[in-house]
Amino acid sequence: MKAFEPKIVGFLCNWCSYAGADLAGVSRFQYPPNIRIVRVMCSGRVDPLFVIEMFIQGADGVLIGGCHPGDCHYMEGNYHTERRVKMLKKVLAKSGLEPERLSLEWIAASEGERFAKTMRDFTEQVRSLGPNPVAGEKPNLLIMESLYAARNAVEDFRLRTLVGKELALVEKENVYDEKIPQERIDELMENAIDEELVRTRILLLAKDKPQSVKGLADKMKVPSRDILKHIVTLRDRNLIRLEGIEGTTPMYLAQTQEVEA
Amino acid sequence: MSNDKVGAVLVIGGGISGMQSSLDLADSGFKVYLLEKSPTIGGAMSQLDKTFPTNDCAMCIMAPKLVETGRHQNIKLITNADMEEVVGDAGHFTVTISKHSRRVDETKCTGCGICTQRCPVEVPDEYNKGFKLRKAIFVRYPQAVPSVYAIDKDICIGCGVCSEVCGAGAIAYDQTEEKMQLEVGSIIVTPGFDEFDLTKKRKEYGYGKYLNVVSSLELERMLSATGPYGGLVLRPSDGKVSKKMAFIQCVGSRDRSIGNPYCSSVCCMFAIKEAVIAQEHNPGLEATIFFMDMRAFGKEFDDYYIRAEKEHGIRFVKNNRISAIAENPNTNNLIINYIEEGELVTEEFDLVTLAVGMTAPKDAKNLSEKLNVDLNEYNFCSTDILFSPLETSRPGIFVGGAFGAPKDIPDSVSEASGAAAKASSVISSERGKLVTVKEYPPEREIGEEEPRIGVFVCHCGINIGGVVDVPDVVEYAKTMPNVAYAENNLYTCSQDTQQKIKEKIEEHGLNRVIVASCTPRTHQPLFQNTVAEAGLNPYLFEMANIRDQCSWVHMREPDAATEKAKDLVRMAVTKARLNSPLPKVPIEVKPSALVIGGGISGMNSALELSKQGYEAFIVERENELGGLMKRIHHELMGEQKDIQKKLKEIVMNIDSDERIHVFTNSTVKDVSGYIGNFKTIIDHNGEDKEIEHGIVIVSTGGEEYKPSEYLYGKNENVLTQLELEEKMAKEQKIDANTIVMIQCVGSRTPERPYCSRVCCTEAVKNALNIKELKPDANIYVLFKDIRTYGFSEIFYEEAARKGIKFIRYDDETKPKVSDKKGIEVKIKEQFLNEDLVLRPDLLILSAATIPHTDNTDLAQILKVPLSKHKFFLEAHMKLRPVEFATEGIFLCGLAHSPKFFEECVAQSSAAVSRAATILSKEKLFVEGTVSSVNEDKCTGCGTCEMVCPYGAIRVDMEELKAKVAEVLCKGCGTCGAACPEKAIDIAHFTDIQLLSQAIAALKEGST
Repeated sequence: MKAFEPKIVGFLCNWCSYAGADLAGVSRFQYPPNIRIVRVMCSGRVDPLFVIEMFIQGADGVLIGGCHPGDCHYMEGNYHTERRVKMLKKVLAKSGLEPERLSLEWIAASEGERFAKTMRDFTEQVRSLGPNPVAGEKPNLLIMESLYAARNAVEDFRLRTLVGKELALVEKENVYDEKIPQERIDELMENAIDEELVRTRILLLAKDKPQSVKGLADKMKVPSRDILKHIVTLRDRNLIRLEGIEGTTPMYLAQTQEVEA
Repeated sequence: MSNDKVGAVLVIGGGISGMQSSLDLADSGFKVYLLEKSPTIGGAMSQLDKTFPTNDCAMCIMAPKLVETGRHQNIKLITNADMEEVVGDAGHFTVTISKHSRRVDETKCTGCGICTQRCPVEVPDEYNKGFKLRKAIFVRYPQAVPSVYAIDKDICIGCGVCSEVCGAGAIAYDQTEEKMQLEVGSIIVTPGFDEFDLTKKRKEYGYGKYLNVVSSLELERMLSATGPYGGLVLRPSDGKVSKKMAFIQCVGSRDRSIGNPYCSSVCCMFAIKEAVIAQEHNPGLEATIFFMDMRAFGKEFDDYYIRAEKEHGIRFVKNNRISAIAENPNTNNLIINYIEEGELVTEEFDLVTLAVGMTAPKDAKNLSEKLNVDLNEYNFCSTDILFSPLETSRPGIFVGGAFGAPKDIPDSVSEASGAAAKASSVISSERGKLVTVKEYPPEREIGEEEPRIGVFVCHCGINIGGVVDVPDVVEYAKTMPNVAYAENNLYTCSQDTQQKIKEKIEEHGLNRVIVASCTPRTHQPLFQNTVAEAGLNPYLFEMANIRDQCSWVHMREPDAATEKAKDLVRMAVTKARLNSPLPKVPIEVKPSALVIGGGISGMNSALELSKQGYEAFIVERENELGGLMKRIHHELMGEQKDIQKKLKEIVMNIDSDERIHVFTNSTVKDVSGYIGNFKTIIDHNGEDKEIEHGIVIVSTGGEEYKPSEYLYGKNENVLTQLELEEKMAKEQKIDANTIVMIQCVGSRTPERPYCSRVCCTEAVKNALNIKELKPDANIYVLFKDIRTYGFSEIFYEEAARKGIKFIRYDDETKPKVSDKKGIEVKIKEQFLNEDLVLRPDLLILSAATIPHTDNTDLAQILKVPLSKHKFFLEAHMKLRPVEFATEGIFLCGLAHSPKFFEECVAQSSAAVSRAATILSKEKLFVEGTVSSVNEDKCTGCGTCEMVCPYGAIRVDMEELKAKVAEVLCKGCGTCGAACPEKAIDIAHFTDIQLLSQAIAALKEGST
C-alpha cells in the first residue's frame, strides 16, 4: 500500500503569507510538497464555507495564512479570520473531525523560513492524524453527514452574524455603547454551533422523507424533547413543515429548496 | 524665469523617502528619475526587522512600495549611479549622471539567482552587517528592486562561471560606465543618513575589539527572520543565546566632544523596540536600557515605552551616560559601571548593543558641492527650518527624510511627500506633459464564448526546468478541457516571449491566458499588460507559481514537484475558465479641496493646493485664521523669528489668492459622497452653505491644556508656557528673579499618557528668552525627561551652559506646590538625593497639547477613526501618516498629534502631495476587483458595514440594502466572508472561483 500523503489546501493572503511562501522559494527552504496554495487578497476573504467544503471534498488539512496581528494590509481582516477559525475549529470538533486539521498561521513577508517550517510541521501534524475519514473509498458517513450539516450551519445567518460581529461587539461597542464580554459571545457561539448543527442534520434527514420526532431522536441520538424544540424553531424559520400525521405521530418534511447537501 | 520648464523631477536617493517622493510625483503627472547609488533601492528600512510603535514587519509594509516604484511607468530607476553635475535653474536643470557598470545587462537579467548559487567567491555581506556571506555576483536582499544582480568587481576573480550558468545571457563582463544627461524641472534630495562610525571614535566601548558589543543595526539584522541567526539573538563570540543584554544610548549623539551635539531622535524608540522584539525571540532574555532621557516623543511612543516597562519587563536605568565598557576575558561578558540611586553599581551582561546615532551621509559634502546647496555645521542639509523646512538653499532643489535632520520613518515619509509637493509646484504648469499614457487596442468582446485557454509554462533557465519536468506539464495542460494551446518557454518573462504570447492569442483565438512560472506578486502586471496589448481584458489572465512553490522548495523531489506543478496548472485553468472581463469604471474628480481648520497646517495646505493649481475652501470655526499660531511669538530656529509678522504675511497671501476661499465662523455639518466627489454642508455664520470638492484635508489643530494642578487659576503668578510667551512679547521685559518651570503638566499622566512633544523645547526657548531679557534670572526646569530631539538639543545644551538648572522628577516624586506667602515648590534632587525648596516669582507650567474638542463630532461626520487619545488616526502610522484609510481624506498638523511648526508645514505639504495624486486626474478608474451585493438576498443587517475598515460598504437606511462604493473598496473580501446571508461576492475572487480552484487541488476529475 502506498504511504499516506496528506492533501493540504492553503489559503494565503497576498501581502504577507503568500509573500512568505515566495521568500521560502527564493531562499530555497525545502518543505514537503503536500500543499496546494490558493492566493486570496486577504485572509479575511476565506469564507467559513470554503473550509468545510474542502474537508467535504477530501482535503486532509486546510491551512489559512495571514499577516501577523497589526500587520494586515487591510487593517483588520486577519482579526476577523482569527475569530472565524476559532468558530470553525469548534464546528469541526462537533462534527467529529479533528480541529487540528485546520490551522491558522501568521506568516510575514520576511518569514520564508517560518513558512517552510510551518509547512513541515503542519504536514506532519496532518500525517499523524491520518487520512480525512470522509475521503477515499469508504467514507465515514456519520462524519460526512455532520460535515454537510456543518456546511449548512456556517452558511446560515446565525453563526455568520455572531462571528461577523464578534470583533466589533467584544472590542469596540454595541448599539448601546457597551462592550460584550468575550465569555458571553463564546457561550452564545457554543450554543449556536450545537443547535445549528442539530438543526441542519434534522433538515438533511427530513429532506426526502418525512420524519417523526422520535425517529429523528433515535437516528441522531438526541433527546426527543430537544428535537421538538428545534423543529419548532425550524418551522418558525419556514425551513420545515408538517407533512401529515401518521396515527398520533406528526411527520415533518424539510422545505427542500432551502437545503442543499 | 525661463519659459522652458520641464515636467520631470530628479530624486536622489532610493530609500523609503525617495520612493515616497517618486511615487507621489509619478502619480500626479510628472516624470521621475530615481537615482540610487547602490544597485538596489530600499535604503536603510530594508534592513529593519520590525518598526515601532506598531511592531510592523518592515519588509511586509515596504515591499508593495518597492514593487510599485520598480514598475511604475513614470518612474525611471537609475541604480548603481552617481550624480556628477547640475546646471540650470529651478524649472529647468540639466543633470549629468554616471551609471557605473554592474556587469550585468539589466534588460536581460531575470533575477533568478542561479549565478549567485554557483559563484565560488564569498565575502561578508554588508546588508547583514557582515554576519552573513554573500557572493561576488549578488543582489542586496531577496525582495530587491530592481531584481537584477550585480558583479562586485573588487572581489570577482573572473572565473566565468556566472556567464556559463546564466540562461538569459545577461552577464556582461565588458559593460562600461555610462554617462547620461537628464533634463528636469526640480530636484529632491533624499540620500538618508549614515551610522556614526564606531571604528573611528568612542573606541572606549570596545566595538570591533569585544565581539559581543554590537551596533543597533547589527542587532536588527540578528532579529530579522532573514538575518544570520534566523531571528535569534546570539553572542557573536560563542554563538550562545543571549540571556542578559544591555543597551547603551546616545552613542555618537548628544556628544559635543566628537562633534555630534545633536540628538539622533530615533535611537530611544529603536532600542525599546529591539529590546521588546529580542525578548520575544529569546524567551527569558533580560534587557536593560541605560539612558539619559527617554525620548519617546512621537505619536503613541510613550504608550509603547510604558508597555515595554510594565508588560515586557524591560529595565530602564535613567540618568546614565555609560562612557566605557570592559570585557571579562574568560567569559567574553561585558562589564558596565553605572549609577543607580546615588550608588555606583558594576554589572555584567552577555551582550551589549550600542544605540548608534545618525550622522549625515558620508558623501554629503561631495553631494552638496555638486548640487550647490548649503549644509549645516553637522553636514546635514541646511534649510530655513521654520517655514520652509523642505527647501534647500538653492531654489528648485528640495530635501526630505533624514538628510534634513535625524528622523524616523513616518516623519521622513511625510517630508518626502511634502518635498514632492514643493518640487511639483515649481513645474505645475508642466503637469502631464512628460508622462506616458499607455494606449491599448480596444478590448475584444468575449461575450459568451467558450473559454479558449492558452498555457505558457516557463523553464526559467534551469530554475524550474531543472526540477520540474516542464514538457510533461505542457503535455498535461493540453489534455485539460478548454485548453486550446500550450507551450514551454525558456523565459516566459523575456521580451520576445511577450511578442509570442500576443501572436498565439491571435493565432488560436485565445480568450484566457495562463503563465506557469513564478509569483504573481512581481510578474502578474507584466503579463496582464501583454494580454491587454493583445486586446484581452487583464482579468482574463491567471498565474500558476511553479517556481517559488515547486522547483525551488522541492528540489530533491522532482516527481512530486512535477505532480504539484500539474495540480497548480489545473487549479489555474479551473479558475481561468470562470474569469470574466472586469471593467475599469471611470469617475470624475472635482479639482478642489475642503480644508477643515485654518491654523498653520490648514493655511499652508490651502496655499500649497493653490500652487498646484487647485481650489481650496478653508472652513475655520473662529472669526479669523491663525489658530494656535496666533499665540506664538518667536522661535529658536529659522530665519524669520517674528512669528506674528509671518502670520500676517500668510493671511495676506491667502486673502489675495483667487483659488482660496475662506469661511470663518464656520463648522462642518455634513459630508456626503466619496473620493473625487464630496458634497459638504457647512454652517457659515448660522447659514447652511454647500461646497462640492474632490478631497478633504483635516487640519483641525489642537489646544493648550488648561491645568487644574499647581495653583493654576488660583495664583496670578502661575502661567502656562504660551501665556508666558504672550506676556513677554507684550511687555518686552520680565519682572521675576526666580522662575520655575514644570514640565509634563497634563502630559504623560495616567489620564493622558502621551508626550506633547513640543513642551521641552518650548521651555528651553522661553528660558533662553528670559535670560536674554534678564541675564541674572534664576531659572529651574523640573522635568521627567528632556526631549529636545534633533537639533533642538543644541539649545538645551546652551540653556544648561547659561546656568538654567534642570532638575529631574518622577511620577513618585512630583514637585509639590503650595501658596505660602508666595509660591513654594518642593522637589527632590536625584543626584544629591536631597529636598530642595524653591520660592519662584513665576511658576510656568508646560501644559499639554490636547486634541480639539471638535474632533469627536468631525470623526463621526467624516466616518474616520480617532486614536485612543482622541487625535485623528491615520491609515498607517509608519507609511501612510497623512491619509485616512478612507480614500480622499487626509490629515495633518496637530489634528494628527502634537508637533512643531516646521513639522506642521512639512506635514500639510505632504497632505497636499498625496491629495494631488487624486486631484491631478480628470478621472479616477475604479479597479474591477470589488465587492458587489445581491440585493435580493441582502437583509440590511449591517455586518458588512461593521467589518469594512474603509467605509466602502454601507447600509442604505431607506432601502435597507447594503451598497458598495466601488471607488472606496479595496477588494479584500472580508465583507463577503462575513455576510450572514451570503449576499456579497468579490469580483475575480468569487466564491465559485475560489472554491473551484481549491477543489481542483484535490480532485482531478472535478474540474
